[in-house]
Amino acid sequence: MSDAIAQGAAGAHAHGEHRDDVGARLGMWLFLVTEIVLFGGLFLAYSYMRYLYPVEFHEGGQQLNVTIGVINTVILLTSSLTMVLSLVAIQRADLFKAKLFVGTTVVLGLAFLVNKGFEWAAKFHHGLYPSSEHMATLPHGEQVFFSLYFTMTGLHGVHVLVGISVLTWVLTLIARGRITPDRYVLQENAGLYWHLVDVVWIYLLPLFYLAA
Amino acid sequence: MSDGTNAVTGHAAEHPGYRTFILVWVALLLLTAALVGLSHLGQSYAVLGLLTITPLKAALVFYFFMHLKYESTLFKGVLFVTLATLLIFFALLFADVAFR
Repeated sequence: MSDAIAQGAAGAHAHGEHRDDVGARLGMWLFLVTEIVLFGGLFLAYSYMRYLYPVEFHEGGQQLNVTIGVINTVILLTSSLTMVLSLVAIQRADLFKAKLFVGTTVVLGLAFLVNKGFEWAAKFHHGLYPSSEHMATLPHGEQVFFSLYFTMTGLHGVHVLVGISVLTWVLTLIARGRITPDRYVLQENAGLYWHLVDVVWIYLLPLFYLAA
Repeated sequence: MSDGTNAVTGHAAEHPGYRTFILVWVALLLLTAALVGLSHLGQSYAVLGLLTITPLKAALVFYFFMHLKYESTLFKGVLFVTLATLLIFFALLFADVAFR
């Protein structure tokens, strides 16, 4: 392995720059940890409110579309797979597959948002949106349920949108030769972000659609 | 480097292939089906699924998709401390609620 070190050191010096992929990934993880705490705070709020209003949360959960929730889960899980497969592809210097898999991840992310859009549109159509007239007539616990629903799935949706934007950028960088088989930590970090967004949804499905 | 890691990318010399991740994806889909099936049995079963199957799914994503399996103890420690902190907050919340 001393050859690899020599090669790496020579490569780094030839470009005259410092490079630390492990440090880059650790930095990403430290950021993701703050994201976990951000959503964790909302999970705490949900838990306490569900404890206070078990009946109202059940009523609220009944009004959500389980089918759309499960379809979106399958979409996000599959997008996580294609994301991690894009890394295998870039490691194997298969640039076509790397681009194909990142592109598929982006398309699946968009499909998730389209579904989410239909779901929210149906809710809006029934007068269910933050501070609507209909919401004001609901029992207090159901208002809390739908407020948490819109806050948490909304914040998650924003993260999906950011993830799609970052992955589109990653796609152009692979196409322009800026992400290469021996320099792809940016693609790894974008993937880490995408997977965390997936983990958050893994929790949102049972919290709102199944166990409420 | 004597531990067999690539000096530049910091990765194990042998990368996992497509197969590993496809198997994890199949496991995640099966666990989702189990979670949905369990939820049909009633609300207490749904909560049981939330507390057992859901963390298992998250663990699979962390460990394989997010490559924690292939990272050093430091990375695992960062996540562990975060999740432990969150768990303490949950414990404090429910202790407060229970003895109010």
